[in-house]
Amino acid sequence: MAMRFSENADRMDVRYVAGLARIALSDAEAARLQGQLDDILAFVGELKKLDVSGVEVTDVATEAQNAWRADVPIAGLEREATLANAPLARHGQFVVPKVIE
Amino acid sequence: MSADLHDLGFLEVAEALTQKRASSEELTMALLARSEELESKLNSLTWFNREAVLAEARAADAARAAGDNRPYLGVPIAIKDLLNVKGQPCTAGSRILKGYVAPYDATVIARLRAAGCVFVSRTNTDEFAMGGSTETSAYGTTRNPWDTDRVPGGSSGGSAAAVAARLAPAALASDTGGSIRQPAAFCGVTGLKPTYGRVSRYGCTAFASSLDQIGPIARSVEDATAVYQVIAGLDPHDSTTAARPVDDCLPNVRAARDLKGLKLGLPKEYFVDGLHPEVEQLTRAAVAQCRALGAEIVDVELPHSKYGIACYYVLAPAEASANLARYDGVRYGFRAEAEDLQEMYEQTRAQGFGAEVKRRVILGTYVLSSGFHDAYYLRAQKVRTLIRRDFDRVFARCDAILGPVTPSPAFRVGEKTADPVQMYLGDIFTANVNLAGICGLSVPCGFTTGGLPAGLHIIGPAFADARILQIGAAYQHATEWHKQQPKI
Amino acid sequence: MNDFIASIGLEVHVQLKTRTKLFCAFPAHEEGDPNVAVCPVCLGLPGAMPVMNGEAIRQTVKTGLMIGSRIALRSTFDRKNYFYPDMPKNFQISQQAAPLCLGGAVEIDVGGQPKTIRVNHIHQEEDAAKITHLENSSEIDFNRASTPLMELVTEPDMASPDEAMAFLIALKEMLIYAGISDCNLELGQVRCDVNSSVRPAGTDLLGVKCEIKNMNTFKGIHRALTYELARQVEVLRSGGMLVQETRRWDDEAGVTLPMRSKEYAHDYRYFPEPDLPPVVLDAATVEAWRAELPELPAVKRARFIRDYGLPEYDVGVLTADQALAEFFEAAAQQSKNCKAVSNWVMGELLRALGEQGLGIADAKITPRALAALIALVDAKTINMPAAKEVFQVLFEKGGDPAAVVKEKGLAQVSDAGAIDGFAERAIAANEKVAAEFRGGKETALMFLVGQVMKLSRGKANPQLAAEALRRKLRG
Ligand SMILES: [Mg+2]
Ligand SMILES: [Zn+2]
Repeated sequence: MAMRFSENADRMDVRYVAGLARIALSDAEAARLQGQLDDILAFVGELKKLDVSGVEVTDVATEAQNAWRADVPIAGLEREATLANAPLARHGQFVVPKVIE
Repeated sequence: MSADLHDLGFLEVAEALTQKRASSEELTMALLARSEELESKLNSLTWFNREAVLAEARAADAARAAGDNRPYLGVPIAIKDLLNVKGQPCTAGSRILKGYVAPYDATVIARLRAAGCVFVSRTNTDEFAMGGSTETSAYGTTRNPWDTDRVPGGSSGGSAAAVAARLAPAALASDTGGSIRQPAAFCGVTGLKPTYGRVSRYGCTAFASSLDQIGPIARSVEDATAVYQVIAGLDPHDSTTAARPVDDCLPNVRAARDLKGLKLGLPKEYFVDGLHPEVEQLTRAAVAQCRALGAEIVDVELPHSKYGIACYYVLAPAEASANLARYDGVRYGFRAEAEDLQEMYEQTRAQGFGAEVKRRVILGTYVLSSGFHDAYYLRAQKVRTLIRRDFDRVFARCDAILGPVTPSPAFRVGEKTADPVQMYLGDIFTANVNLAGICGLSVPCGFTTGGLPAGLHIIGPAFADARILQIGAAYQHATEWHKQQPKI
Repeated sequence: MNDFIASIGLEVHVQLKTRTKLFCAFPAHEEGDPNVAVCPVCLGLPGAMPVMNGEAIRQTVKTGLMIGSRIALRSTFDRKNYFYPDMPKNFQISQQAAPLCLGGAVEIDVGGQPKTIRVNHIHQEEDAAKITHLENSSEIDFNRASTPLMELVTEPDMASPDEAMAFLIALKEMLIYAGISDCNLELGQVRCDVNSSVRPAGTDLLGVKCEIKNMNTFKGIHRALTYELARQVEVLRSGGMLVQETRRWDDEAGVTLPMRSKEYAHDYRYFPEPDLPPVVLDAATVEAWRAELPELPAVKRARFIRDYGLPEYDVGVLTADQALAEFFEAAAQQSKNCKAVSNWVMGELLRALGEQGLGIADAKITPRALAALIALVDAKTINMPAAKEVFQVLFEKGGDPAAVVKEKGLAQVSDAGAIDGFAERAIAANEKVAAEFRGGKETALMFLVGQVMKLSRGKANPQLAAEALRRKLRG
């Protein structure tokens, strides 16, 4: 099961992608991840060898369709329960540090 | 009698309670005592319902005394720390959910609760179910009861180890790429990954929503069937559950004695270089046993299975990158101190997530990102179709497929943590089943010379869960592997 | 501006009028205390899953049917990924690959110039929570999270702020008419992203597009567009280059300003929502929904002109409110005098409703009674002042006009003998005026008619009275 990976696999811009995912990385972490992710990308890059032209995608895995709900309201969570896990709450609202646009 | 109570399986406990040979309180006390004795060696539980569990057990005993005769009233069960139980912590093995208390019941929990079960403990898991060894949990590595230097498998390693070590008669677990079947195989217990859409995922902390499925880990196929019967079926809270009825298959499973009239496929792709020779030999012996029980064994091909892991490691991280975006420190869970919102997001997630989760979230973000989406994500969706079609072709002529669950027996703690790809390859026989949305069962099929369990994989078409349970039950009726106990 | 052509496209987000949210059974449009209308789903708790509100699908499809969209028989949902604290899951469930409605168009009219504004598609998505920015922090209320929205995306077919305004007004009218949304702008039920570009006259290629985000008043959109188009022209005239960017409207300063955003802000990483099965519609369902549609205001207006011979002004007033139009039509169908029905509805009925702050449903008068009342006037059974008196009774108490006339003794006196008697008494009492008429002063007759009316206590048929007076005076 030893895998050989192609030399010309994609290299990921780890810092950019981590930014998209909102994860701060230390330099050491970024370097370690770069190597591991390069390996993984080379591995999953094996998919590129398959001819998939004309193959439809599997987008939704269930056989179910529609599964609609009637438009009838029911009671929600108590506000105490809603806010119980909040790291910071004030005036019945969730509070976050200031947003810099 | 109480010294042996922890040895009883799920249905044996139910019977002992019904026949009033034991009380739920006694049973729970026995499990509590055993957990306290063994957990320092195993670390299979993240939380034990110490304060409330005895009260719940006593309430169940009182209800039974008052004439309540629900068959599973007072039966203790362990729950993977990924499933929400109202009022209990739910950490998903992550620091980011430390201290989080679930305000609602998962549907499977509500159904077990309605059946009278008592939620005795929460079992350790790889962080957000991402891992094959239960080494990525923020709450420490779980050990394999057969050899505590080895991993129990993952991500449901806590559930498998706890059931194997007799800390609970059965446990709920979840399987996204093999996370029920692989630890069941490593720990010598029985694990069912039901067909996608058969069991509600509502209240199961999502990893990869198109692949996740909740199922039981138990000491026998009969026990697994009993739990499966309670949790399966259409759920208005999970739109992906199927509207098909769930037949009561427990009587047939209990009566299963042979495999006459069944045609079972043996995929040549599942017996390749790299398959551990002892695992291969144990699997082939199990196949021979099935033949002896009357099954016709035929060679089949699953030509795209070799792409399964690559496909899985595109699709699962992609879905996970979105599912885990909600852990941001705003509404619940861990929040890092920060001056502004962006910093709070980035630090909360940097400090709250472990290395494996970060790796997969970043990978998943990448394969969906502009410029790479088509080359990775879209392509993997098409490969998924090819993998499904492989199974469709085989199931057109076979009732089920047999094979190994894992390419090797349980490996040593730390052996694969530095090499993610090697770790990912552990899912090679299991992930395809999730990609195809079909059902798979792992039953113990013997031990290596080193005393490590191996599992026989019984794969069935979509909604043939009852059929693979019957096959597994017939096999277990003819064998003793599932009755072996680890000496810890 | 004449040497430049503007192209404006709108992305209109409309809150649908459902009782519950899009993906959970908790009340939508909740006002009041924050975070009281939430559940595990719209709070994005671990393990929570969306369940589709079928009513939202129905309303979005009906909107598509109203504007002539092609309805997708298989439609799917996608996750749109971006981090913002008003989005509980940090992704929005929306539709990208296969939206519910494709194509369509809305007819507008600016200064008598009809124009067709094409619609690219309509998709279904969930609303975000409400966020209040304070100096050092922000507060979040999730009551609004997951309220059903439909997003209607136009082609860049509007060439002026007036056209954009006309489009929004026409759309709003349609949606209110069909009960799809209340379109209450104050409550933020309609919000727009406004895309605009300019290009030199005589060229075909669209200019560089700027997007103004999150506009919630039509007047603001008009002002912002007026400013923005002038800004873009000014940049180009002075030899500058426009960059594609997102801007925001500062209403107080009356300017648009660029929004600072990180370079990766727009990588939404769409992928299919695994927790929602596809929406699969069959033709029969779509046709059943089509049958529920009301007649569109524009179509109704044309029909009222054609079928009832009404002037455009009347039609405008009558069709502004669907219930009013229905009332008119029911009365007109039972009357031989459609214009009179229109006059009564626009005049007395709207006045009476307005005075008491009532809706048409509160009025006790039925369309049949109004038609009967008009018939009494036309038959000269009662005169106009009496008719208004009867109307007031019918409006407040209901009933049959003939009965009211009888009860109140309001029937006109048309008996020749009686009128002759009144005429003779009027002439005798006003010899001087009678002499003036005989002397050729035609207007003097009106005074004498008035006297006859007075003597008859308003019941004399005024035309018969005038005839009798002429006969007697000339006689
Ligand atoms: Mg939108
Ligand atoms: Zn909700």
